[in-house]
Amino acid sequence: MPQNYVPIFIFIAFIGILIPITLLAAKLVRPDNPSKSKLMPYECGIDPLDSSRGRYTVRFYIVAILFVVFDVETIFLFPWAVRFKALGMYGLVEMLVFLIILIVGYIWIWKKGALEWV
Amino acid sequence: MTTPPFNLADYIMSLPIILLTLFALGILLIDLVTPKRWKWMNAVTALVGIAFSTGAIVFRSQKALRLSGGSGLLAYSNSMLIDRYALYFWYLFLAAAAISILLSVRYLEIEQENHGEYYALILFSVVGMMCMAAGLDVVLIFIGLELMAISTYVLVGFLRTNRRSNEAALKYLLLGAFSSGIFAYGLSLLYGLTGQTNLIGIAQGLQQRMASGNGHPGPIMVIALLTTATGLLFKIAAVPFHQWAPDAYEGAPTSIAGFMSVAVKAAAWAMLLRIVLIGLGPLRSVYVPLFIFVSIASMTAANLAALTQSNMKRLLAYSSIAHVGYMLLGLVAGTTTQVSVDGIRGILMYLLVYTFMNLGAFGVIASLRQRNVIGDELDDIAGLYYRAPTESVLMLLFLLSLAGIPPLAGFYGKYFIFLSLIETGHYALASLAVIYAVFGLYYYMKIANYIFMREAIDKTRLPLSWGMRAGLGIAAFATVFIGIYPEPFIRTVNWSLGLAQSALVAGLTH
Repeated sequence: MPQNYVPIFIFIAFIGILIPITLLAAKLVRPDNPSKSKLMPYECGIDPLDSSRGRYTVRFYIVAILFVVFDVETIFLFPWAVRFKALGMYGLVEMLVFLIILIVGYIWIWKKGALEWV
Repeated sequence: MTTPPFNLADYIMSLPIILLTLFALGILLIDLVTPKRWKWMNAVTALVGIAFSTGAIVFRSQKALRLSGGSGLLAYSNSMLIDRYALYFWYLFLAAAAISILLSVRYLEIEQENHGEYYALILFSVVGMMCMAAGLDVVLIFIGLELMAISTYVLVGFLRTNRRSNEAALKYLLLGAFSSGIFAYGLSLLYGLTGQTNLIGIAQGLQQRMASGNGHPGPIMVIALLTTATGLLFKIAAVPFHQWAPDAYEGAPTSIAGFMSVAVKAAAWAMLLRIVLIGLGPLRSVYVPLFIFVSIASMTAANLAALTQSNMKRLLAYSSIAHVGYMLLGLVAGTTTQVSVDGIRGILMYLLVYTFMNLGAFGVIASLRQRNVIGDELDDIAGLYYRAPTESVLMLLFLLSLAGIPPLAGFYGKYFIFLSLIETGHYALASLAVIYAVFGLYYYMKIANYIFMREAIDKTRLPLSWGMRAGLGIAAFATVFIGIYPEPFIRTVNWSLGLAQSALVAGLTH
C-alpha cells in the first residue's frame, strides 16, 4: 500500500523545489521598476471604486442560486443528449421526471417574482 | 446500456414516495393561485397526499412484499430495500407528518406565515425520510438525508420576520452542513475500504478485513467508523453533538420543533440502525464502547441541563436528547458480537410512543401561541389550568408519559430498553438509566407544577382550533391507548423487526 503513494510524494517534493526556483529566477532576470498604477488590481482596465468586500444587494444571491439550479440542469441534460439513442425510452422517461420537477420549480420562482429585478 | 436498470415494479414499490412528491409539487403550484383566506386548503391537500401515500403503502408496497413471500424487495438496482422495517418507519413518518400538519394550521395563521410552501416542505422532508429508511445504498441514504435536512433548515427559519427563527435556522444549517460533510467523509472511507456503496457489500468487505487483521480493525477502519458515527449521532442529537438542538427547537416554529423532535429524529434513527446493524455490523466490538460513552454522556448532560431551563421548548429539547440517550442503550444491549433483538425492539417501540407523546407536548405549547403571547416560557403557562383545562390535562398526560409512568405509552418504550439491558447483563447501565429517569420526572413535574399550582396572571380563556383539537386528540388517544393496550403495537414492532434481522443475517453469511 504505502508504495502507491511514492509518486505523490515525489510530485509534492518536485513542486516544493520547482516553485521557489522559478520565482527566484524570475526575480533575478526581470527588470524591476514598479509604479502606482502598475500595482493597482487589474480588472478590464476600469479603475476599482472601493473594496470588493463590501455588501451586495440580496438580489445577486437569488440570481446566483437560480443560476446554480439551471447550471446543474444543463450538466444533467448534456450527457443525456449525447447518449440519447443508447439510453432510449428509459433515459427519456427519467429525464422527463427530472424536468417536470424542475419546471414546477421554474413556474414557482417565476410567479414569486424571483426573476424580476425589482 | 441495453437493459434499463429500473423497471415498472420498482416504481410501484416506491409509489408512496412518488405520490408524496407529486402532492408536494402540486401544493407549490396550487398555492400560487390560492387567495390568502384559503391558505388552509394547502394543509388539506397535504393531508390528502399523506392519506394517498398511506394507501399506496397498504395496497401496493405491503401487498407486493406479502405476495413475494421474501424478507424484503430490492428496488432501483439494489439501492432500495423495501422490507417491513422500512414500511414500519414509513407509517411512522406519515403519522408524525399528519399530526404536525394538523397542529400547524392555526399556529401559522397566528404567526401570519401561512404559506403553502410550509406544507410542501414537510412533504418533501418526509420523502427524504422515506428514502433514508428504505435505503440500502449509502448514496441513496445520503441523498434522502440531505433532502430531509435542507427542507428542515428552511422550515426552522420559516418565521422570516422573527430573529430567533432566523438565528436558529442559520445555526442549524451551518452545524448540519458540517456534520453532513463529516458523515460523507466517513461513507467515502467505507467505500475506499470495501469498494462498495451497498450496505451489505460494505458489511462483507469489513468482515473480510476484520478476518484478515485477526479481529483487529486497522486505524482507517476506526476513523471511518468514528466519522460515520459522528454524522449519525449529530442527526439524532446525542451528546457531544447536541448543541444545535436546543437552539434550533427554541427558534423554530413550535409545530416544526415538534416535527423535528419526532419525525426527523425517527428518520435519523432508521438510518442509524440500518447503517450500524447492517453496514457496520462486523465492527460491533468497536462501536459498543463508543455508544456506551455517548449514551451516558447524553443522559447525564441532557438531564442536568434540563433541570435549569425556563423555556419549555428548550426544556423539551434537552429532554429529547436524554431520550436519545436511553434509546442508544438499546443498541448497546447484547454481547460484543451480537445485538440484542429486545434492544432493537425497544428502540422501535420507543420511537413509536415518543412520536405521539412528544408531538402532543409540543402541540400543547403551539396551542398557547396567541397574537401577543409566545407561550413557550414557563411563566407563560403559570395557572394554565384555570385558563385552558383541556390542554392542561393533556399536557400532564404527555409529561407523565415522557417521564415513563405506567399505564401510559412512554412506559413501554423504557420497559423494553431496560429489559434488554438486564437480560444481557448490563446491570450498571440499567440502574444508571433508571436514576436519570427520576431526574426526568423532576423537570416534567416542574412544568405540571406551573400549570396546576400557580395563580394565573391572565385570566382569559384560550381558544382551541379544530386542527389543534384533532392533532392533540390523536396524540393523546395514542398515548393512552398504547399504554393500556400495547399488544397490537408490540406485535407490529415484532413484525417489522423479524425482517430487519434476517436481512442482516443474510447479508453477513453470504
